[in-house]
Amino acid sequence: MCLGIPAKIVDGPNDNQMAEVDILGVRRWVSIHMVPEAKIDDFVLVHAGFALEIISERFAAETLELFRQMEMPGTEHLEPLELPELPSQIGLQ
Amino acid sequence: MNQDRILLAHGSGGTMMRDLINDVFMAGFSDDILARMDDAASLDFPGTRLAFSTDTYVVNPLFFPGADIGKLAVCGTVNDIATSGATPLYLSVGFVLEEGMPVDDLRRILVSMRDAAAEAGVRIVTGDTKVVEKGHGDGCYINTAGVGVLAEGLDLSGSHCHSGDVVLLSGTLGDHGIAVISTREGLTFSTSIESDAAPLAQLVAAVLAAAPDTRCFRDPTRGGLASTLNELAGASGVSITVEEALVPVREQVRGACEMLGYDVFQVANEGKMVAVVPADQAEAALAAMRGAPYGEDAAIVGAVADGPAGRVYVKTSFGATRIMDMLVGEQLPRIC
Amino acid sequence: MTDDLLGGFRDPEHARALVDAIRETAVEPSTFMEVCGTHTMAIAKNGLRGVMPDTIKLLSGPGCPVCVTANVDIDIAIETARQPGIILTTFGDMMKVPGSYSSLAREKADGRDVRIVYSPLDSLALAEAVPDKHVVFLGVGFETTAPTVALSIREAKRRGLKNWSALALHKTVPEALRALTNDPDVQINGFILPGHVSTIIGSEPYRFLAEEYGVPGVITGFEPVDVLQGIWMLAKQRAEGRAEIEIAYTRAVMPEGNPVAVRVIEEVFEPVDTEWRGIGVIPGTGLAIRAEFAEYDTRVRVPVTPPETREIKGCQCGDVLRGAILPFECKLFGRACVPEHPIGPCMVSSEGSCAAYYRYTDYGRS
Repeated sequence: MCLGIPAKIVDGPNDNQMAEVDILGVRRWVSIHMVPEAKIDDFVLVHAGFALEIISERFAAETLELFRQMEMPGTEHLEPLELPELPSQIGLQ
Repeated sequence: MNQDRILLAHGSGGTMMRDLINDVFMAGFSDDILARMDDAASLDFPGTRLAFSTDTYVVNPLFFPGADIGKLAVCGTVNDIATSGATPLYLSVGFVLEEGMPVDDLRRILVSMRDAAAEAGVRIVTGDTKVVEKGHGDGCYINTAGVGVLAEGLDLSGSHCHSGDVVLLSGTLGDHGIAVISTREGLTFSTSIESDAAPLAQLVAAVLAAAPDTRCFRDPTRGGLASTLNELAGASGVSITVEEALVPVREQVRGACEMLGYDVFQVANEGKMVAVVPADQAEAALAAMRGAPYGEDAAIVGAVADGPAGRVYVKTSFGATRIMDMLVGEQLPRIC
Repeated sequence: MTDDLLGGFRDPEHARALVDAIRETAVEPSTFMEVCGTHTMAIAKNGLRGVMPDTIKLLSGPGCPVCVTANVDIDIAIETARQPGIILTTFGDMMKVPGSYSSLAREKADGRDVRIVYSPLDSLALAEAVPDKHVVFLGVGFETTAPTVALSIREAKRRGLKNWSALALHKTVPEALRALTNDPDVQINGFILPGHVSTIIGSEPYRFLAEEYGVPGVITGFEPVDVLQGIWMLAKQRAEGRAEIEIAYTRAVMPEGNPVAVRVIEEVFEPVDTEWRGIGVIPGTGLAIRAEFAEYDTRVRVPVTPPETREIKGCQCGDVLRGAILPFECKLFGRACVPEHPIGPCMVSSEGSCAAYYRYTDYGRS
């Protein structure tokens, strides 16, 4: 359940606790009642026209860093990862 | 088809519409030319071959970023004729106007039809008008039909795709659908995305000149690329695989799809062409497409393989393979 | 950054590293259940089942709010739409779901005014624009969506709207997990917990799973790499003999959730017993509008008596929702029941388990 899309606050918040957010260039006003401390340039998680939470850029970066470390040489790949292929193998360049 | 009423979803270009056509319309009319189910019918007369097509336009709102119903009505039929490889020449137009529609709106629509026809090199030569009571039409519905001439010996059809062929797309996906939906009541969001509505006969002619063994063209309108490729795969008894990373999509269209939960492969286009060409002519076809009007973002996006017949796959940017499914009914924004 | 927030968590290199780690860690045979339709979709769409080692079985649970909505509730929504002077607004997800006799899409074809909105706030705006109609917002969804409807109800009150009400069919997740854990037909070794529900409620409400039942859970995001991370953390807990509630989706979930959102849910709604399709009545997992907001409760403003409920013959959605069977193990799957003419809700909703299996995989296609 529950699509939640990262969006950046680009305008507001106004007196009605509405802020305009940008999702890859698409803009819409959303309610920030649930994240009253949100401010311009924050990334928020948008669901059904409401910002649910401010996305922590620090935690996002930490998680990605963890993945990068897992990829470090020295961590042996057990076997090459075969992503699933359905029967229609084709040779696209 | 197992509904006893027409639902909006029956008109959305997806599988429900396919079932309506197969189970109701094809049962009502049987004709071997119709049965080919190409976008335009090829008609042979002594000394002449004509391509003939018709389409009806219902869009709400009538005016939207980048185009209006009039431009759609001209470009749509021109493009349907062009998919057969024919040169579009003449159009008829039929209007159903709703009581109370501002005449200025009608004039605006006519101007954009005139301009689109001039650009496409077609003449509007006959027409009809009906007026319906207020509340019985969305301001204005337009039907256009058109004819074009087909070169001798040219036989393009959705049933001609072969294993090893390459799939080309003339530009970015989803612009029209997102431009229209962005104006809908209840979904308001703003983008600078404009409808891609455009006449593509020149682009088709350029590809045909560069890749004479082109199998077919299709314009991926309602139901998007997914419906078009599924139809081709079904008609030709082949499978088609598209590489997601190769498909041009504007960032804002991606953003709108994320927000609304849409699959960009199912979003409508009004100024794009899909071409299936043999592999050894693919580079030439691509260069011709890129050099033609409205083709600058063209790309090779996929390839045809033997079976499983009728199946379309997407190789995702993530590296997995999934089915590219057809839209079932209407495209509905979702929150889940 | 938007691109990084999305792109970084869709990076195939990260996925590769995590799949290796999962293969290394998952020595213990385990059945993990995801209880969020968006996870169901993410797993199917990205082909994640195909990269799991043999030791890991992924089950889909009752995570699609549309799917778990009982027939009787859909019947009530339809009956409400049939009342004169009503405009029923809802999320696109609800349109095609069959009730006992009809669906909202079918009702629209029959001339009822049913409209789709992206946000309940758009429904409020519609009510202001058409003062001579009563606009109903049909609210479905778990804790993620409930506060958006609660806030809209509060906003309607603030604006003094007289012609708007909400038909709230919301459900809450944690106690449903207890019901699944108690189900003797289903053995679950770990829960892939729903990221955005947890954005609201935090990790605390799941603690009983680990403490009372010894079943670990990891709160997980929705990009393919997020899902793999959640599975890896579950496998790790199993390998180390731990049972804890952990958060993988740290960028969007705080242990305490979003207290503002939780407060507004509690202010507007009160817990009631509610029926889940396939599971039955689970005490305290429904959200009813409190008496203070009765003016905005469709059940009060537009009371209806639905027709007698009829269950769908042969449909095994209930078993699918409990994880007792996989979608393709249902006799109807891919034969009588396909997206064009769905028999049960799991095939209707785009995030239903059956639809996800059917749409993105070769199961059920011949």
